[in-house]
Amino acid sequence: MAVREAEPVGSLSEVKEAGLDREDLLGIYRHLLVTRGIEERGHILYKQGKIPGSFYTGRGNEGAAVGVATAMGPNDVGTPLHRDMGVHVTRGVDAWRIFAQYMGREDGPTRGRDGNVHMADSRLGMIAMVSHLPAMLPVAVGCALAFRIRQERRVAVGWFGEGASARGDAHEAMNFAGVRQLPVVFICDNNQWAYSTPTHLGYAVEHLADRAAAYGFEGVVVDGTDVLAVYREARSAIEKAREGGGPTLLECQTLRMEGHAVHDDAFYVPKELFEEWAKRDPVERFRTWLRENAELSGEEEDEIGARVKKLLNDALARADESPQPDPSTLLEGVYATPEDLDTPHHK
Amino acid sequence: MAEMTYLQAISDGLRTEMRRDERVFVIGEDVGVYGGAFKVTLGFQEEFGPWRVIDSPLAETAIVGACTGAAIMGMRPVAEMQFADFVSCAWDHLVTVAAKQRFRAGTPVPIVVRLPSGGGFSGGPFHSQNPESSFAHIPGLKCVCPATPEDAKGLLITAIQDPNPVLFFEHKHLYRRIKSEVPEERYTIPFGKARTHLEGDDVSVITWGAMVYTAGEAAKKLDEDGVSVEIIDLRTVMPWDREAVLASARKTSKVLVLHEDTRTGGFGAEIAATIAEEAFEDLDGPVKRIAAPDCPVPFSPVLEKAFIPQVDDVVAGLRELAAY
Repeated sequence: MAVREAEPVGSLSEVKEAGLDREDLLGIYRHLLVTRGIEERGHILYKQGKIPGSFYTGRGNEGAAVGVATAMGPNDVGTPLHRDMGVHVTRGVDAWRIFAQYMGREDGPTRGRDGNVHMADSRLGMIAMVSHLPAMLPVAVGCALAFRIRQERRVAVGWFGEGASARGDAHEAMNFAGVRQLPVVFICDNNQWAYSTPTHLGYAVEHLADRAAAYGFEGVVVDGTDVLAVYREARSAIEKAREGGGPTLLECQTLRMEGHAVHDDAFYVPKELFEEWAKRDPVERFRTWLRENAELSGEEEDEIGARVKKLLNDALARADESPQPDPSTLLEGVYATPEDLDTPHHK
Repeated sequence: MAEMTYLQAISDGLRTEMRRDERVFVIGEDVGVYGGAFKVTLGFQEEFGPWRVIDSPLAETAIVGACTGAAIMGMRPVAEMQFADFVSCAWDHLVTVAAKQRFRAGTPVPIVVRLPSGGGFSGGPFHSQNPESSFAHIPGLKCVCPATPEDAKGLLITAIQDPNPVLFFEHKHLYRRIKSEVPEERYTIPFGKARTHLEGDDVSVITWGAMVYTAGEAAKKLDEDGVSVEIIDLRTVMPWDREAVLASARKTSKVLVLHEDTRTGGFGAEIAATIAEEAFEDLDGPVKRIAAPDCPVPFSPVLEKAFIPQVDDVVAGLRELAAY
């Protein structure tokens, strides 16, 4: 079972075959813009001193994140990571709550208990990541195990980076999922740099997706800057899992277009590499595709852009009004109460 | 009531919950066909099927991580570590993911990890440890250490229904040695409520797990000296029953804290510090600790005997305190 390298997506008719109408395509475009907009605004907030701690973005990964999230079903679940803001946006997390999270405010999904992209709205089928990557892969496998035990037609999606692929969690999770043929899809955000560590110091196979064969399932490599190709491959993997076909490892190839975090200027990444991948910017690429294949007019483009801008402005203002968490509530929730189990998932 | 060993009582509690609540499932190495290394789940796979009694690959991280995911999806997983010692391989998933998920993300993680722990049979450095103190130190986790068959069943049922990650330490040395009457019906025993194993007036022993019986043997010898010993069995180390401990300290004014885990940073230190802070005025002597020395658990029976606190060690400690 060799790794398969996915073809780019071509015409509108091909996209329609993959299940997307024009409204869906414009939705994807909006999600890409909102994702990038949130992170650009976040960067400014950080420089203004309004964000404590550090700040991470997924610039260059927006297409991969939005593409996978678009392919997920409403009852599917996932464990997106720090380059996957597009998953939160696509699943419907409000931008103002994300800004509130960045700023450590009461209305952020973690109510100031955790920072940056360490968040999730469980009502939207997401589980909050931890810093220890890829610790969320065994958790995603456990979600899939629950679906398998209850024989539900639901799929879990677990994300990891090529850097985290070196850790044992990735192996244990994929091995167990392969043994039990669980309904889980592993998404590797391969952005070529684990902090300052290049891929050749992280793993020795040509493609990370090559590893899938060792676990008894299919590996696919896709251009992560092509949102439609990512969508098509993710959808096919997710539906295969839903039908009982077991896991898939989908490797989305991108370049991390900024440093590991805001403090890191990525001096170790060759300039030519940035220049080369800048030409493949996922947002620009999709905008061009829409113009050429889906008759996106300048007027439409301006209107969508203006709406996104307003959404972000309003979101920032609302987040700024969110109160600081109350220190007297510090100990709340260290231990769960039986009432806490009254969630859509735990029921 | 039925007479059960400590091990049978654990099986009975687990089976009771699996029959009552179909969200409960068991996962671990060799728990299915083989029935677990100690046979706690013997016959379970026949009754509940291979998807509720899941033989996992040899992968503690996958076991505990998968339990976390399944719990968030509404299941009530019960994981078995083949030996408590192997929980070190799942540390990250208990401490980093499960323990903090409710606090930071609002998502409870109701899982139970069963941990056959403790020494006394030449298990050596990797099959004998008592790692409860390490986990009691982690906010978000609960640690249960039953000493009797009745407690083992009732506390396990409470653990399965608890909305938090619970580490359930089963002392291997008690599995088949300890036998007593256990209610056949379902019952729960609350966390954080100590049990008075023996009432006494002169010296208190605060302990849990297999050391309850070591303390009991020592108390018999002290009784011959005319010294009346009170034994408080904590049952759960986190949460722990501060009130019961302080009440006993105030009653006898002399306290010995006893545990099988190593001494430095062991949970006994927390108990001793709390007594010093809260009941200093009531004490007639220093709070004394008896614990294993700070070294790995040795293999040789002679060395292991020198490592695990013995009845004579406790007798000596109690006599010292009584004479103070």
